[in-house]
Amino acid sequence: MTGADKQMTADEAVARLRSGMTVGIGGWGSRRKPMALVRAVLRSDLTDLTVVSYGGPDVGLLAAAGKIRRLVTAFATLDSIPLEPHFRAARESGAIELTEWDEAMVMWGLTAAAHRLPFLPLRAGLGSDVMQTDPSLRTVTSPYADGEELAAVPALALDAALVHLNRADVRGNAQYLGPDPYFDDLFCEAAREAYVSCERIVDGEEFAAAGGPQTLLVQRHCVTGVIEAPGGAHFTSCVPDYERDEAFQAAYAKTAADPAAWAAFCGRFLSGDEDAYRAAVREFAGEGA
Amino acid sequence: MSSGVSRAEQCVVACAEAWRGDGEILASPMGVVPTLGARLAKLTFAPDLLLTDGEALLTADVPALGAKAQVVEGWLPFRRHLALVSGGKRHVMMGASQLDRHGNQNISCIGDWKRPSRQLLGVRGAPVNTLNHPVSYWIPRHSPRVLVERVDMVCGVGYDRAGAAGPSAARFHGIRCVVTDLAVLDFETPGRTLRVRSLHPGVTAGQLQAATGFALPVPDGTPCTRTPTAAELRLIREVLDPAGLREREVRR
Repeated sequence: MTGADKQMTADEAVARLRSGMTVGIGGWGSRRKPMALVRAVLRSDLTDLTVVSYGGPDVGLLAAAGKIRRLVTAFATLDSIPLEPHFRAARESGAIELTEWDEAMVMWGLTAAAHRLPFLPLRAGLGSDVMQTDPSLRTVTSPYADGEELAAVPALALDAALVHLNRADVRGNAQYLGPDPYFDDLFCEAAREAYVSCERIVDGEEFAAAGGPQTLLVQRHCVTGVIEAPGGAHFTSCVPDYERDEAFQAAYAKTAADPAAWAAFCGRFLSGDEDAYRAAVREFAGEGA
Repeated sequence: MSSGVSRAEQCVVACAEAWRGDGEILASPMGVVPTLGARLAKLTFAPDLLLTDGEALLTADVPALGAKAQVVEGWLPFRRHLALVSGGKRHVMMGASQLDRHGNQNISCIGDWKRPSRQLLGVRGAPVNTLNHPVSYWIPRHSPRVLVERVDMVCGVGYDRAGAAGPSAARFHGIRCVVTDLAVLDFETPGRTLRVRSLHPGVTAGQLQAATGFALPVPDGTPCTRTPTAAELRLIREVLDPAGLREREVRR
């Protein structure tokens, strides 16, 4: 007996999502973002999404393509380019609604969801305008002798999570090989369904050679689908498999200033499937841009 | 001594001083000059400080800007970093797009939050930082557009807002200092509002006031910011920043 084989394509994974869902996206800034899955969302007719993310170009692309109704985040950045230009454009044109929480609040909201708690108390948020710009936030008073009044961060329960790791097996166990797990396990545990893309699908026996057991970040019991997507985090970093593609990212960032440039970028890179994307990126790299 | 010392070098030493006496905590500098300051502090009067590589690693040695550290002494991915913040063993020096006299800081957006005229970074970790451990600020261009009467979005919490939010908000709140390219400011006043701790050499009271968007008196006898020692200058110029990146961040 072997367990379920959860392999699917990125398009099959995205076909299981519905408009209006709350979707969590792993990674951090412009680092190990599940970009192949994001590109599949861009190809789909999904709309009206609530996206929860430590934002990078996932947020920028989805916002520019009109997929996001509400964004829940603490920031959106390209790291080497501090401000995510498409996120900026979407905010300045009023195209997306925003729930702007502190970084620790996002972590605590996901943790509450993973633990099936309605909220978790946190000091962060008190006194800041986060409590004003999100009027749904409440405080809670400690029932113990200290009597402290703290922010009650509500659970960020996700309909689906999209994450990208270095390796996975067909059953959904997934391994990260870089220095930072980010919050990918937490996104998966906070979600009803999690879709894990990876650089390479391996036999479970191969995990141990690549790293110790603590590198096995995501466990199969919370994974619905496994997608083999080499270069699936491009143009964000996915160390040690590859660094961020800075030249490509800079080209992407430039398209925010000009609708014609954005249309040309979409036509060249985002109009076809993932194979077409990779071919277009190879051609771009060959230009020495 | 101050002749031949650039304003950027003066600022590096002023930033380093922010971490004096902090002991064995994580120093988190944001920006080139604060990074040089934290590294200088560790190499001189604050050897127990912890520093990261800007990613997930704690590094034992102190490399030059842009160079890789040789010795990894710990692991601090974002999840552990956020936990460390809540535990309080950290002193961050953040930037500020806007800062008011009470120390409220904005890095989120300019204009009406609902539809900003200029979207910036977002609130990031400013709320959790300011409520849990010492915070300082670095302002490379002191101007009335940064030092403002009222910030558009309170990200980092100032003294008035922390007080109004109650004892839980104020419990671990503390803003140590604000280093700008003109002066070192702090909140050592009865009302916990900004005052001038020292002016950098060559800066006049009139210059400082003209560059500040609210009244910031400079009392007679306000000292000059300490100038770098010869040993500090050597460390800055030869060890930590031989490429001179500091001069790009402080343009005045």
